Amino acid sequence: MRTLKFLLQKEFRQIFRDPAILRIIFIMPMMQLLFLPMAADYEMKNIKLTVVDHDHSSYSQQLVSKITASGYFKLNNYTASYETALEDIEHEKSDLILSIPRRFEKDLVKENESKVFMAVNAINGVKANLGGAYLNMIIQDFNREVRLKWVQFPRMNPEPAIEVTYSNWFNQLMNYKFFMVPGILVVLITMVGSFLATLNIVKEKEIGTIEQINVTPIKKHHFILGKLIPFWILGLAILTLGLVIARLFYGIIPAGYFYTIYVFAAVYLFSILGLGLLISNYTSNQQQAMLISFFMMMVFILLSGLYTSIDSMPGWARMITQLNPVTYFVEVMRMVVLKGSGLQDILPQILTVLAMGLFLNSWAIFSYHKRS
Amino acid sequence: MNNLISGKRTSGKRAPNAARSAWLSGPFIGFVRKEFFHIIRDKRTLFILLVMPIVQIIIFGFALTNEVKNSSIAVLDESKDEATAGLIQQIDASNYFTVKKTFSSVQEIEPEFKKGSIKMVMVFPRNFAEDLKHFNKAQVQLISDASDPNLANTMNAFATSIIMDYQNRINNDLKLPYTIKTEVRMLYNPQLKGAYSFVPGVMSMVLMLICTMMTAITIVKEKELGTMEIMLVSPLQPLKIVVAKAVPYLLLSVVNISTILLLSIYVLDVPIQGSLLLLVAESILFTLTSLSLGLLISTGTDSQQTAMFISLTGMFLPTVMLSGFMFPIENMPLPLQIISNIVPAKWFYFIVKSVMIKGVGIVSIWKETLILAGMTLFFLLLSIRKFKIRLA
Repeated sequence: MRTLKFLLQKEFRQIFRDPAILRIIFIMPMMQLLFLPMAADYEMKNIKLTVVDHDHSSYSQQLVSKITASGYFKLNNYTASYETALEDIEHEKSDLILSIPRRFEKDLVKENESKVFMAVNAINGVKANLGGAYLNMIIQDFNREVRLKWVQFPRMNPEPAIEVTYSNWFNQLMNYKFFMVPGILVVLITMVGSFLATLNIVKEKEIGTIEQINVTPIKKHHFILGKLIPFWILGLAILTLGLVIARLFYGIIPAGYFYTIYVFAAVYLFSILGLGLLISNYTSNQQQAMLISFFMMMVFILLSGLYTSIDSMPGWARMITQLNPVTYFVEVMRMVVLKGSGLQDILPQILTVLAMGLFLNSWAIFSYHKRS
Repeated sequence: MNNLISGKRTSGKRAPNAARSAWLSGPFIGFVRKEFFHIIRDKRTLFILLVMPIVQIIIFGFALTNEVKNSSIAVLDESKDEATAGLIQQIDASNYFTVKKTFSSVQEIEPEFKKGSIKMVMVFPRNFAEDLKHFNKAQVQLISDASDPNLANTMNAFATSIIMDYQNRINNDLKLPYTIKTEVRMLYNPQLKGAYSFVPGVMSMVLMLICTMMTAITIVKEKELGTMEIMLVSPLQPLKIVVAKAVPYLLLSVVNISTILLLSIYVLDVPIQGSLLLLVAESILFTLTSLSLGLLISTGTDSQQTAMFISLTGMFLPTVMLSGFMFPIENMPLPLQIISNIVPAKWFYFIVKSVMIKGVGIVSIWKETLILAGMTLFFLLLSIRKFKIRLA
């Protein structure tokens, strides 16, 4: 126990004397938490629209003003030539072209049918799909209004209509930040847990001080515990800092209990630190360690469901997400913060991550040799 | 830097130009070779540097889509008639949704949402088919788990359009007057594949990472270990030492550019519409921008951890966040939109997208190219100045 106490003292001094580490610990979380949620907003608004109006009738103008009034679209250009509109798309000045043909109004009134034409910049497929769908909805709406004006409908609506109503649970305001902030917190804790712990050990290897520790009677598990505990505590400190920022800047108050988050975070840090130890055992210099942990973190974070939904991934990717501890923390964070899930709801996740932690740490202890 | 490229190409031959031969003289080549050995002997690092783009392309191309596919949903059907059965079957048959559960009461909804096993519930009230037939009006309620607002929005939109489709099929017999038909054409990417926007993004990410972070770290590493001192007392000019460090990473990037392009053409089916030559030239320009940025970082730092910290928070995150490939720039608050202009990757992303996918020529992208070239020059001059100050 005494050995461990001295080791811990050494580690804490080392961490707090290095300004670079302190910066990584405190500035990085602040920066990311303050900027990322603002940048990460997929909500469709301000879709840039170019209208090619060959008709110049009162109907075409009504349609255009209905579209711009919807709030989804921003009229970028109103022109009479399709070529100009295509150029707008080429230069990214516009995302969508709505082309209204000549005789649009006449055809509609006299022939009972007319056509409009949409061209969407589909490089970003999702945006294109949603933009097209919104525009279509507005046009259908406009269609209904026109019909109402021209047709004397009988008392009862002759057109069978299914009415769809929506209710959005857990995040009524549909605020994207409530969704992103808990996820980004997970990334921060993961970075601290894996990067810092790995670098710390590998640095001792590179500088050669690990040899000095190896020749002392310090036991293997003492050494590993001495490296684990400080970063475990730091991880929880970062989590606290993050929760404070989330509350002060975004007004996010978890719907569930704080202790649920901390219980899970404690287990999670245990397993992610095990991963860090493992990486440090298999690398010999800082550059290598950084690159490998960066590589793994990138895969883990991208495949954690933080940015994109796991359900949409193909089978092999979903398999990886199940072996990925980050997935479980992102899931748990969102469940507790947004839905108020309790310990019982997240029990499967806790057990999975605990099992991962036991496995990774045993491997790390097993593969750590005092002889070089 | 110009000399550097031409020097690389003419190496082996006798260079006629005196200035050029100074670059090609023994010690410089020796330093370049030394750097190569450094990289090649560290097998793990080399492996990661070469495999990283492949893994990224595959993950981004196949696994990361913002599309909604196979979302698990549940149904609460209180009327259980032929109309609701038909609708549920339509929903289940679509690519977007998979009906996983059937509820019999409203109380069952919340616990399932809390467990996170389903994303949406469709609620059909009693007498759905009857209402539709006799009153021409019926209601469906979509309750979604909006903890992910984007997903909820998209699911709502897709479910609605399936319901509307179903309704139109019923209405098919009735020929309605005054109908506006719409015809949609998807430009550039008719199959709406995610890879079209991710490939250019991955290219800027990988190049940025390898060139900026790795150059910065290798130079700082020599400082940290003290070997920089040894090199600085050698007769070679300090500038050449630094350039020698950059050359291997430039070559490595060229390998990575080719890997990414080959993968995107043959694995992801994203064709190159524009000129390949222009695309490669622009990529090399961006590589140079990142390299000079790495040099600049290395002149200002003296520990590997700090160098990594700066390249990661200062370069990498802005590249991912503000270049526009993951998150649309036009949705960001104005200050961030302004800041995004100083992110080199934003311009490169635009260039790659234009050349590779839209197939435009240099005429449409000369402005962006100039901006990148200007940035490169600026970073280089600044780092040369700072480098000299340090040596004085």
